[in-house]
Amino acid sequence: MGSVTREQRIASFETHPDRYHHWKLTIDGPVASLAMSVDPAFGQRADDYELKLNSYDMGVDIELHDAVERLRFEHPEVRAVVVTSAVARIFCAGANIKMLATSMHGFKVNFCKYTNETRLGIEDATRTAGQTWIAALNGTASGGGYELALACDEIYLIDDGNSAVSLPEVPLLGVLPGTGGLTRLVDKRKVRRDVADVFCTKAEGFRARDAKRMRLVDGSFSRSGWEAGVQQVAAAAVARSPARASQGVPLPPLEVVDSPTGRAYKYVTSVINAEDRVAHLTVRAPEGAAPGSAEALRAEGAQTWSLRAFRELEDALLHLRFNHAEIGVILLHTQGDPAAVLAHDAALADLAGDWFADEIRSFQGRVLRRIDNTARTFFALIEPGSCFVGTLFELVLAADRSYMLQDDDGAVSVQVTAASAGGFPMDTGATRLAVHFAGEPAKVGEVLAMGAPINAADAEEIGLVTFAPDEIDWDDEVRIAIEERASMSPDALTGMEQNLRFVGLETCDTKIFGRLSAWQNWIFQRPNAVGDSGALTLYGFPERPRFDWRRT
Amino acid sequence: MTAIDYEARIPNNVDLASDKRLQRALEKWQPAFLDWWGAMGPEGFQGRDVFLRTAVSAHADGWAVFDYVKMPDYRWGIFLSDRVPDRKIAFGDHAGLPAWQEVPGEYRNMLQRLIVTQADTEPASVEQQRYLGQTAPSLYDLRNLFQVNVEEGRHLWAMVYLLQAYFGRTGHEEADALLVRRSGDADHPRILDAFNQKCPDWLTFFCFTTFTDRDGKYQLGALAESGFDPLARTCRFMLTEEAHHLFVGEKGVQRVLTRSAELTALDPNGDARNQGGIDLDTIQKYVNYWFSYSLDLFGGEISSNAADFFASGLKGRWKEESKYEDHICTDAVQMVPVYRDGRLVEEAVPLRNAMNEVLRQEYADDCDKVVGRWNRALESAGSSFRIKLPSTRFHRRQGIYADQAYSPDGEPISSELFEANRSRWLPTDADRAYVASLMTRGVYEPGKVAHWISPPDKGIDGRPAEFEYVRLT
Repeated sequence: MGSVTREQRIASFETHPDRYHHWKLTIDGPVASLAMSVDPAFGQRADDYELKLNSYDMGVDIELHDAVERLRFEHPEVRAVVVTSAVARIFCAGANIKMLATSMHGFKVNFCKYTNETRLGIEDATRTAGQTWIAALNGTASGGGYELALACDEIYLIDDGNSAVSLPEVPLLGVLPGTGGLTRLVDKRKVRRDVADVFCTKAEGFRARDAKRMRLVDGSFSRSGWEAGVQQVAAAAVARSPARASQGVPLPPLEVVDSPTGRAYKYVTSVINAEDRVAHLTVRAPEGAAPGSAEALRAEGAQTWSLRAFRELEDALLHLRFNHAEIGVILLHTQGDPAAVLAHDAALADLAGDWFADEIRSFQGRVLRRIDNTARTFFALIEPGSCFVGTLFELVLAADRSYMLQDDDGAVSVQVTAASAGGFPMDTGATRLAVHFAGEPAKVGEVLAMGAPINAADAEEIGLVTFAPDEIDWDDEVRIAIEERASMSPDALTGMEQNLRFVGLETCDTKIFGRLSAWQNWIFQRPNAVGDSGALTLYGFPERPRFDWRRT
Repeated sequence: MTAIDYEARIPNNVDLASDKRLQRALEKWQPAFLDWWGAMGPEGFQGRDVFLRTAVSAHADGWAVFDYVKMPDYRWGIFLSDRVPDRKIAFGDHAGLPAWQEVPGEYRNMLQRLIVTQADTEPASVEQQRYLGQTAPSLYDLRNLFQVNVEEGRHLWAMVYLLQAYFGRTGHEEADALLVRRSGDADHPRILDAFNQKCPDWLTFFCFTTFTDRDGKYQLGALAESGFDPLARTCRFMLTEEAHHLFVGEKGVQRVLTRSAELTALDPNGDARNQGGIDLDTIQKYVNYWFSYSLDLFGGEISSNAADFFASGLKGRWKEESKYEDHICTDAVQMVPVYRDGRLVEEAVPLRNAMNEVLRQEYADDCDKVVGRWNRALESAGSSFRIKLPSTRFHRRQGIYADQAYSPDGEPISSELFEANRSRWLPTDADRAYVASLMTRGVYEPGKVAHWISPPDKGIDGRPAEFEYVRLT
């Protein structure tokens, strides 16, 4: 008994509200309503599962992520986003169980990671874009449905004697809530941990009155008072958040040439070397002058290098994650004029306070954090013609190792700017530079104060890069390092890299990813979940699970 | 708090007098129940003597004691059928193990949900029917209505007993919540849809008691097989009472049919409405409506909940122990017609997942027999009209047939075609208004019946039809 698992590719991570199958986005002045209305027949593997009861798969979450980003760029006038359901009596039943049961393990992990990033994006929108996300649960929110609500700033549950919030993963499926539910319960909402224990083991959850008492929701309204109540909450959120702009910037589709060996965008190229299990990811510097004013930046819109290059980088990363599981090492390259990168960085920095400039920098930060959370080895290769300066130097700091060519004339250089001083925090809240020099904190200030290109010898001396081989050794050094890396256990590498990348204290965000990797992924592999008589395997089938009772 | 003389006030066979914990729980709940009955029970008539049967024991000599009672003084008792010694769980993964006498922890939530869902229907129907007394077609029917009402109240007690006695604090809270939800209430509706529909007229009442209460019969029958012994014993006793409710419904519709056939024959144009009766076509539409609504109550045709309930031994099939040989059902399948690419195809569904459908088919077969008896009555009345039970796919709002329109014969049709025929297949507002117009006031003179219905064949408990079943003076 059980299900056959299947490989799955994601053809595209792009969509547009005009093409949504599963959400209805309506904008009414400063309030946006995002109503979940999952079309059961439009699952990504429609032969394997039906998206019943507003359950979701990657396709549903790609649309949600699209909505989160578009609301920020295209609708800066929106101050409150009400997430609700257009399906009677049900808000959302969470990730589709049949989808999980028929997915390969790696896909499940990637799916959970992506949905986590989307939910972190929702929290980021509330925090940094002043768009308060409000969960208006007009029906039962179970599992991932309630986790989506937990990512919102406020949660309201209809008091109809029937609708409930629940996390049934443990009692029903023998797995964990995979999108930050446990962490957000106790760390974000500060639900008492014994109360959370009761909640997480009661499959049908709690209805409005108890849910409010347990702090699982912020409030409730009766059916007849629902519309007015939710409107009032949204209006209050609008009132708290100063108006920003009335006109947004459209995000057009990315232009990409896709081929079996990679993807080529305007500023980014991703080349797959399947035989060596290596990918080359190259980011190119801008051409032409940087926009000198807010108007000029607005005129460039989504074409401006700072936004376009990072949108392309994000898309390339997602394709590597989902569609090239066997690529173990991603080599980061840059190409072009360092001065052009610095000029574009400076233009954005000068416009700090302009909503669009701020949104671009915030977006760059989210893309960089996707690198931190990508379970592949990253080596940065700093070679002649490269431009690892300013924002692009963050790629060096994000990499697991960096190799910098020590050329005879010292032409290869990197440059650390204020971009590394705080604009792009990791999920820990610390900068990559501070993390890099965790053992020598004084160097952070020293490096930031240098304000000039740093050649390979100096960079190695200071400790900014890992290795700086000369021209004689470079080819062998780099080749051997890559081959060696690609030969090691992919599981051990994932675990090791994640342990080493996130130096310092934990935050809610790091715990969400860390615990997903450590606990959920472990449980997802165990016979008690996915064995022949495991709980996840048998969910929806006539047999009940049989557990190996030994605790680990 | 006033002490209650338990044996006198609450007849029971659960040794309530010596169960302090249960006494405490019921002491709190009973006043709330009486308040609910006062607010939501039959409107008017509460001070009248009604010739009711009361259960004072679970045995043949005590389960039906007839006498005049004022409804608020009705002795809502707690009765379980006698315990079967050494009873074993009859089906599912625990088949053969001793039946549970206490709630098994791993199934507490599932079991509680089953009981709450069943319990919620009992007060709901009382609420739906609360104004019908004012338009009763006879004292006999008025008495039957109240009998059904007080027994639904007793069934609520029976379920509440289980919640209070076996489920700890959450059981007490669920028991309280049963008195907070209200049929059709915008803010706190009853759990199941059919129990939020209006019951504004007596044809609806008879259809409801025929079809919707019959769902109750099959749900109780399935729970009477439960491995949780107190639930099984409770439901077995409830089934004995439920039979009367089904009788009220079936005979009620039958008397309307007989009368309509007479009036149709009497009218030169063959139109019963011209003669002040209900035309047979309208009755057919009411049958279509209530049969289809009641089918939804059985849950999804393909259901993991149903599989869990069976696997865990909590809810079996109708006559599980006596009728079936395979009680494990992990290898068997049930063929279910499924709509694929424009047509119906038979698909094999694992039997455990199809348990709702198995129960629904038992129910539909039973309804078919009822319709057969109605048609024999029509034949006896000289009518060639025949009532036809629609397909179980017709007019469904839940389950796998909800997303596609079907004709009463069960053929997939376009929604346009369905809408074009809606007024032929289902009661229109005008039909409902017409039926209601016949029932603007009650007929309370002993032995008299309203014009649109035939008198009953015989009275209650051997009394004649003209007996004063409710004393209004």
